[in-house]
Amino acid sequence: MLHLLAQQEPGELAEGLTAVGRGIVYGGAAIGPGIGIGIVVGNAITAMARQPEAAGMVRTTMFLGIAFTEALALFGFVLAFIISG
Amino acid sequence: MILGLEFPPISHVVEWPALLFDGTPFAINKVVILMWVSVIIVFLVFAAARGQKLVPTGAQNVAETAIEFIDDQIVLQTMGPEGLRFTPFLLTLFTFIFTCNIWGLIPGAQMPVNARIALPVFMALLVYVIYHTVGIVRHGPIKYMKDIMFLPGVPWPMYILLTPIELITKFITQPLSLAVRLFANLLAGHLLLVSFAVITQALFTATIIGAALPLALLIFLYGFELLVAILQAYIFTILCAVYIDSAMHPAH
Repeated sequence: MLHLLAQQEPGELAEGLTAVGRGIVYGGAAIGPGIGIGIVVGNAITAMARQPEAAGMVRTTMFLGIAFTEALALFGFVLAFIISG
Repeated sequence: MILGLEFPPISHVVEWPALLFDGTPFAINKVVILMWVSVIIVFLVFAAARGQKLVPTGAQNVAETAIEFIDDQIVLQTMGPEGLRFTPFLLTLFTFIFTCNIWGLIPGAQMPVNARIALPVFMALLVYVIYHTVGIVRHGPIKYMKDIMFLPGVPWPMYILLTPIELITKFITQPLSLAVRLFANLLAGHLLLVSFAVITQALFTATIIGAALPLALLIFLYGFELLVAILQAYIFTILCAVYIDSAMHPAH
């Protein structure tokens, strides 16, 4: 195994680690917003089911909530592209 | 079994060779041309809808549906009747972003204009300038800044924590997330379609029957991307309306 590692090109290890880092960055950034969007949409559905006449207002607010929550995941997505070895 | 699956590097997926003025900042490639075509399409649809007939047909139907959607679903929901004078701006924004997004699904074009960050950044800066101008013109620069920095109804030690957060939110995070959201959603959608197209093609050359599943998913994703194109245009427009509204009526 060590013998194999020693035979690698100098940049190869860094390149591989960068790829792993990108995956971790995006995966980590998606955890919180995933939970957050679930909470937002779940509560919006509860509200719509309880009060169908308010559905229009709830839907608008729901999209706003999703948009704000989602922003964090998107920063992670862009950061994953920015990271370079 | 190892398939000959080689994913194209990301620069091959979103970067197009310049057709004119190569090497200058004014280089023109496919994305720029698609953007111009979108401008022309939006202009032509609304120009064709002029001369209001009592029974609308064709382009007038499209234009009236779009205007009603902006008025009822976006302006009245966020800004109230006072915001109706922003309808032309928001309507232009919505239709233009939607037309730019939909290029990603049209065979032959297959490139959403907003998958490159230039146009989202420009539009976010435009919105940024507009909502701060609205706030400054309405309240005067000093009261506007005071409204942003000091939320009413908070005990004063909280201002140490809240004032920097509010300033960063209003002047950095809001425009940044506006641009990045549109860009990242469209780029992600584009990459998703490319991935499944590549997988389908590789499986088709290896085993013809194996390509059925990725092909079905590809067709499903096409529908999903149509939803994303509409939804992102809607979210960009509604956030723009919310930002203008919060500049007009700060801190309830």
